[in-house]
Amino acid sequence: MIHFDNVTKTYPNQSRPALENVTLDVEKGEFVFLVGPSGSGKSTFLRLVLKEERPTEGRIHVAGRDLARLTNWKVPYLRRRIGCVFQDFRLLPSKNVYQNIAFALEVIGKPRRFIRKVVPEVIDLVGLEGKRDRMPDELSGGEQQRVAMARAFVNRPMILLADEPTGNIDPATSIGIMKVLDRINRTGTTVVMATHDAAIVDSMRKRVIELEYGKVVRDQSRGVYGQAY
Amino acid sequence: MRAQFVFSEVWIGLKRNLTMTIALVVVVAISLSLLGTGLLFVKQVDQTRSFWQGRVQLSVYLCTKLSASPQCTRNGPATPAEMASIHQTLAALPQVTSVIYVSQAAAYAQFKSEFPSMVSTVSPSEIPNSFEVKLKNAQTDSSIVEANVDGVPGVDQVVDNSAILNKFYKLLGGARNAVVVIAIVLIIAAILLVANTIRLSAFNRRRETSIMRLVGASNFYVQLPFLVEGVIAGMFGWLVASALLVAVKSLWLDTLQQYFPFNVQLTSTDLIEVIALVMILGVLLTGATSFLTLRRYLRV
Repeated sequence: MIHFDNVTKTYPNQSRPALENVTLDVEKGEFVFLVGPSGSGKSTFLRLVLKEERPTEGRIHVAGRDLARLTNWKVPYLRRRIGCVFQDFRLLPSKNVYQNIAFALEVIGKPRRFIRKVVPEVIDLVGLEGKRDRMPDELSGGEQQRVAMARAFVNRPMILLADEPTGNIDPATSIGIMKVLDRINRTGTTVVMATHDAAIVDSMRKRVIELEYGKVVRDQSRGVYGQAY
Repeated sequence: MRAQFVFSEVWIGLKRNLTMTIALVVVVAISLSLLGTGLLFVKQVDQTRSFWQGRVQLSVYLCTKLSASPQCTRNGPATPAEMASIHQTLAALPQVTSVIYVSQAAAYAQFKSEFPSMVSTVSPSEIPNSFEVKLKNAQTDSSIVEANVDGVPGVDQVVDNSAILNKFYKLLGGARNAVVVIAIVLIIAAILLVANTIRLSAFNRRRETSIMRLVGASNFYVQLPFLVEGVIAGMFGWLVASALLVAVKSLWLDTLQQYFPFNVQLTSTDLIEVIALVMILGVLLTGATSFLTLRRYLRV
């Protein structure tokens, strides 16, 4: 599903590459943790998958497509197959829960009938029944992240990228978030989650890829967070 | 394509920076109406020129009993023999296409129809009889023909109508140049304002657009609301400009005519043509500027 072949990314005006000779495969339906300290290249990895950045060297395939050969105007169609969740939720404060989720479908031109059908389904999936008319500032952090996950998943992407989704959320609530991610993963969606949260990684027992200074230092199935130390 | 979605986004954008939108509408309105005024002036000059083509270009007024000029008081009113010789001289000139004699009675009748309000102040005998001369080329020939009859016994004065016309051309030409220069300056201001408004709008909605890009909205879908926003502001400006252009035509150009010895009014077709042209320009101006600005600020 995601295939990196000897990928190096050096940002302009920086001597040290953000990612260096990274080769890895993420299969369809996998759940992968991307761990490592700040600046280790986790976010660069996610940005490369979305083609927000281009690799300096190497090849990247996402959902069977060679990103180097993907023209700019086709990039939006790649992103429709990838859902994204962030630490800061990125909800629209002027829209309620339902509208925030529907927005993701409206802007890719889905018919209203379809939106009316799938949005309530995904609201149920993330566990926000009865809160569809709430505004984001009336929700807790965990609930806001659920809305963000619903928005990322409503178009049934093949891949879900999560960049520190529990970074702003207390440990107890994080468990609920992880349950939703697990539920999404069980529908066959590949999930890649970048995180600092050792407790979560240890409890989930999923594949762990550890980055350090832009290099893969560990790739372990059913791994834990801190084994390398 | 979800039209309702696009228009609700446009409405939000226009409302959020209302002051910029108003400034934009005003500047577009003024620049378009000035440009339109320039175009109307050009049309007016052309129309007047073609109206005058094939009409009398030189009037040779003859001495009457009442003529006050020295050559008339010396020789008295033009005699039939003098008139015949003047007619012959004129008709023989190669530059002249036709010569028509206008008697005092005919001239009075014409005067009555052209200036009905002033009829009471003029009696038939005060209006001189004349020869009305059509020239082959009004620009170059008038002075040659004039030299041939000026000062001949029986001739009071020779009036070159194109000289009057030239005054009119000069007046409109000068006004047109001034108006076009101001219009160009204002169009540049309008372009900068459109760019700025779109930039502000893009900044105001950077959250929305970043989410749109994230979930895979096509560039077209991301940019369309901004594009439509610019064009709609341009259309409002154009509407105001159209009203101003109608006013320019009916209150200014049409009344200007009364100061000149002819009455060539522009038709409403001319006005509609100018308004349509200005609309196309306004849409292109705001649309193209929005588009180019967006390419800089809304990259994938």
